[in-house]
Amino acid sequence: MADAPVIRVRGLVTRFGRHVVHDGLDLDVRRGEVLGVVGGSGTGKSVLLRAIVGLLRPAEGQIEVLGQSVRDTPPDAYRRLRRRWGVMFQDGALFSSLTVRQNVEAPMREQLDLPPDVMRTLAGIKVRMVGLPEDAQGKYPSELSGGMRKRAGFARAIALDPEIVFLDEPTAGLDPIGAAAFDRLIRQLRDALGLTVFLVTHDLDSLHAVCDRVAVLADRRVLAIGSIADMLDVDHPWVREYFHGPRARAAKIMPPEPA
Amino acid sequence: MSDTPPVSDRPCDVILDGNRLRLAGHLTIDALQTFDRAAAAELARRAVVIDITETDAVDTAGAWLLVALAAQGQGGGADIHGASSHQAQLIDTVRANMPPPEAGSEATGGMTDRLARLGGRIHGGAGAAVELVSFLGQVVATIGGIILHPRRLRLTSVVHHCQEVGWNAVPIVTLMSFLIGVVLAFQGAAQLSQFGAEVFVVDLIAISILRELGILLTAIIVAGRSGSAFTAAIGSMKMREEIDAMRTLGLDPVTILVVPRVLALIVMLPALGLIADVAGLLGGAVMAWVDLGVSPAAFQARLVGNTDLWHFGVGMIKAPFFALIIGIIGCYEGMKVGGNAESLGRLTSTSVVLSIFMVIVMDAMFSIFFAVVGV
Repeated sequence: MADAPVIRVRGLVTRFGRHVVHDGLDLDVRRGEVLGVVGGSGTGKSVLLRAIVGLLRPAEGQIEVLGQSVRDTPPDAYRRLRRRWGVMFQDGALFSSLTVRQNVEAPMREQLDLPPDVMRTLAGIKVRMVGLPEDAQGKYPSELSGGMRKRAGFARAIALDPEIVFLDEPTAGLDPIGAAAFDRLIRQLRDALGLTVFLVTHDLDSLHAVCDRVAVLADRRVLAIGSIADMLDVDHPWVREYFHGPRARAAKIMPPEPA
Repeated sequence: MSDTPPVSDRPCDVILDGNRLRLAGHLTIDALQTFDRAAAAELARRAVVIDITETDAVDTAGAWLLVALAAQGQGGGADIHGASSHQAQLIDTVRANMPPPEAGSEATGGMTDRLARLGGRIHGGAGAAVELVSFLGQVVATIGGIILHPRRLRLTSVVHHCQEVGWNAVPIVTLMSFLIGVVLAFQGAAQLSQFGAEVFVVDLIAISILRELGILLTAIIVAGRSGSAFTAAIGSMKMREEIDAMRTLGLDPVTILVVPRVLALIVMLPALGLIADVAGLLGGAVMAWVDLGVSPAAFQARLVGNTDLWHFGVGMIKAPFFALIIGIIGCYEGMKVGGNAESLGRLTSTSVVLSIFMVIVMDAMFSIFFAVVGV
C-alpha cells in the first residue's frame, strides 16, 4: 500500500453564496481501501463526493483522482478518467424509463461498441453479482423496493469495472437485515473486483462492518481520519458524541459501559 | 501511472499451442469490442487448458469471456491456468453469476403468441372501459351526495377551476371560432355563388356553427387545454403520494379533486360554446359583408328569420355531455398515474387523445339521435 493515493484532495474550498461548506479540506484515499466518510447533516459529505467526481466546481483547491486533476483536464481526458469510477446516488438514481438490465447496459452502450448479446450477458452478470433475483432484470425501477433500487444502482456503477466506486448513503432507508446484506455486498465486490470504495454514510453498523478507515467531516474540513479504534480517542465534541453515543455502543464500536 | 494509457487499445491475442490455448494482452471490456469471439471459440474447442499467464489485465468482462471459452473446451470444459489469486477470485465470482442455461430466449412470434397478446390487449381494454365507467359512477354518486348535502361542496375550488377552464380559455376559443366563421363564409361563398345563391351562406354558417362546429371545436380545445392539465395535476399528486395522504386523513379525493373540476367543466363548457357560437357568426357575418356584400342587417334578418332555434339548442344540449367526458377521462387518467415520471407523460397524452376521440364519438351518436327524433 505504498502506492500514491487514488484520490488526493488538497485545500478544497466550496461555497454556496456566502455559505462556506469546505474550507481548506485535505483528504487522501488509498488504493483498495473502503473509506467511510461521516459527519453531521450539512457538513458537506455529499458535496465533497460531488466535487470529487466533477459534478460541482469547487471555489479553490486541487482534486486529483488516479493521478489526474479533475478540474483542469481537457474534456477528452476527463471522459476517459470518468470511466474509471462509478457513482451510486442515494436512491439509486436509475433511469425510470429503462428496465434494470437496460440501466446497467446504459454505460456500456454509451461508452463502448459491444454486440448486444455481450452487453446483455455482462449486464446480467452484474445484476446477479449485486444479488438481485433473475426476474428483477426486466423490471422498471418503480416496480422495485428501495433496497433493490440501491442494488441496481450499484450494479450500474460497476458496469464498466471501475477502479473507484462512490457510494452515497447506500444503507440509508434500508431495514437492518437489508443494510447488513448491503454491507456484505460492498466487501465482497471490493474483494472480487479490487475496488476502492468511497462510502458516504450515517450508518454506524456499516462503518463497523466494511470500512478500513473513517474520515470525519466537521468544522468545514476533515477533522480526523483513521481506523474506528483511532476515532474513539479523538477529542472533539461531535466525534465523541458520535462514536461514544448509545447507538455506537449498540453497534459494538464501544465496549459496553460497566454497570 | 499517468504515463500508461488508462484505456487499452491493445487487442487480446489468442494462440493455440497444441491443446493449450494461450491468451495474452489485455482481457478487458475494451478489448472485447474488437475481439473475434467466434474464432476464439473455434480454437477453444480443441483446447484442454486455457493459459492466461501472459494476460496483464482481467476485468469482469474478460473473466466472463474466459469462463465462456472454457465451457467450450474439450472433455466438458477446459481448465483455466495461470490466474493470479486476485484473477482466480474474480473468475470464480463470475462463474457463480453466469446466466442460467437457456435464459432470455423466450419464444416470441408464432401464431398462438400473437393471438394471446391480442386477447390480452382486448381484455385489458375492456377492463379499462369497465373501470372508466365505474369511475364515472363513483363521480356521479359523489355529486348526488353533494346535492343532498350541499355543504360538502368545495365552492372555492369550483370557482377556481371555473376561472382556469372557462374564463382563461375565452380568448383562444373566441379567436378560433371567429376564424372558423370566416373560413366557412369564404369557402361557402365560392361554391354558392356558382348558383347565384350567395345569400344561403347565412344558413350554411348558422347551421354548421350552431349545431356542430362551435361546440365541437370548443370541446376539442378544452380537452387539449384542461383535460391534460387535470391529468398532470392529479397525476403528480398521485406520484407524490398526496392522494394516499388524503385518504389516510379521511378526505375523499373524488370529492376534493374530481368533483370541482368536473362541475366547473359542466358549467363552463356551455358558456364557452355560447361564446364560440357568437364569435363564429360574427366572423361569418364580417366575411359575408366583405366578400359577398351581404350587409350586416340582411345577415341578421336572414339569421333570425330562417334559422330554427333548435339548431342552437342541439349544440347547447351536447355541451354538458362533452364536459363530462373530458372531465371524467382527464381525472381518471390522472388517478391511474403510477410511481414514475414516464407514466405521467404517457397518461397525459392518452387523456387528451381519448377524450377528443370520445367527444367525437359522442357527437356522432347525438347526430343519429337528433336525426331519429327529428330536430
